[in-house]
Amino acid sequence: MIEMKGICKTYRVRRREAGLGNALKSLVSRDYTEIPALQSMTFTVPDGQILGYIGPNGAGKSTTIKILSGILRPDGGTCTVDGLTPWEDRKRHVARLGVVFGQRSQLWWDVPVMESLELLRDIYRVPEGTFRENLDRLTALLDLDGLLKTPARMLSLGQRMRCEIAAALIHGPQVLFLDEPTIGLDAVSKLKVREFILEQNRLCGTTVLLTTHDMQDIDALCSRVLLIGKGRLLLDGDTAQIRAMAGENLSTEESVADLYRRFGI
Amino acid sequence: MKKYWSFFKMRLMAGLQYRAAALAGMSTQFVWGSMEILLYRAFWLEAPERFPMGMEALSSYIWLQQAFLTLFALWNWETDILESVKTGSVSYELLRPTDIYSMWMARSIASRLARASLRMVPVLVISGLIPAPYGLRLMVSPVVFGLFLLSMALMVLVVCAYSLLVYALTFYLTDPNGIMVLSVAAADLLGGAVVPLPFLPEGLRKFAALTPFGSMQNVPLRIFSGDIPPAEIPGVMGLQAFWIVTLILAGYLLTRNGLRRAVILGG
Repeated sequence: MIEMKGICKTYRVRRREAGLGNALKSLVSRDYTEIPALQSMTFTVPDGQILGYIGPNGAGKSTTIKILSGILRPDGGTCTVDGLTPWEDRKRHVARLGVVFGQRSQLWWDVPVMESLELLRDIYRVPEGTFRENLDRLTALLDLDGLLKTPARMLSLGQRMRCEIAAALIHGPQVLFLDEPTIGLDAVSKLKVREFILEQNRLCGTTVLLTTHDMQDIDALCSRVLLIGKGRLLLDGDTAQIRAMAGENLSTEESVADLYRRFGI
Repeated sequence: MKKYWSFFKMRLMAGLQYRAAALAGMSTQFVWGSMEILLYRAFWLEAPERFPMGMEALSSYIWLQQAFLTLFALWNWETDILESVKTGSVSYELLRPTDIYSMWMARSIASRLARASLRMVPVLVISGLIPAPYGLRLMVSPVVFGLFLLSMALMVLVVCAYSLLVYALTFYLTDPNGIMVLSVAAADLLGGAVVPLPFLPEGLRKFAALTPFGSMQNVPLRIFSGDIPPAEIPGVMGLQAFWIVTLILAGYLLTRNGLRRAVILGG
């Protein structure tokens, strides 16, 4: 169970006007602007749910994921994932967590994927039996057969993303965060990734938090959607509700765009 | 512990695949070593009695230095660690249940060993075949040779702990280039990379030996070439140990604090 209560996060950004004079001035006194990324974010995710987390760029999606993964400390509020506070009990928390950032790789670039997986096995202290089991299952579901002996840098984006997902799940985490996992993927790879996420959720009861800009991901996967904007929670419901709010037989994509406009975000 | 060992193993295997770089590096080191020896030879022939080291000892020093260049050299930074600290992506390492400093250490040691292990053998073999006094010769007792091996290990730790300190400082600087360039220059001069320390003027030499740079390649190379009297070896190695402890402690604390800052400021 993921619980977030009143989480706030403000970034301090240094800024100055352009020009030499202002550059000199900033040597002496520096101006900071506060940018609120999250303002009192509160929600709960029960075990085994697939939750879509959507909002325009800069809404605070990645900030939320970072806080939940323990790599960012909020300014205020409380947050627990299965009873652990991510940034306080980091090591214990991350051992039960799998994360995929669509825009960055966690495979070691120069070595065959299999070696990355074996290293992860040792890092997470996965017993050999469990490792074999997970590996076989992931290989079958994600179609990794030919890929494991290839260095990560030589994989196509779609192949790499499948390997990334395998890397995030090799230690059998109970909670999975996916940050734009289908970004840049072709239709076949997208379908495969979606199919896999559903399968993983059904078989292992993994709780999944998914951020994406692809509304088809949301349609295909999520039983519940949180819409956020400017660091606030704007809507908590399912895709049917979102479409109902926008009215007039729009697709989810159009409905969401309509909501963004309506909320002025 | 096992995870750091696995990390070490993987880094080692990854490092072994750069054959072309190893080949190119090796030939450079041959040419460089030969030129250096020719240069010193000219001075030596001029006034052998004013030479602070024997020609044979000096040749051994130079060949060993060339063979283990990638192990000794401070400029052999781990660029991906630096990059990850600079861009803040180091915070993603926090997604693993590991200690970051220990992982950096395993990684630094491994890539140095990997790079050196490919290159050292041919240089050692061939320079051993070069006739005296210009070739590589083992001139010390087995006990001193054992101490040499130990001081090599200590040297790797000093160099890595120093590099890690620089990576940790990167948390607090916009750009680590300044401190890197300064460190490399200092290590080149004070560590006996450009000229062996016995060739430096008395005052500078004594000062250099006390700095962390003086505990780098200077120590094992001079033990091997018999330039440090056996009675003084324990003291010199004690100083190496002192720098290891000091540098690791400083680096560890700075890393811990820097990560906390990164976690607060955001990736």
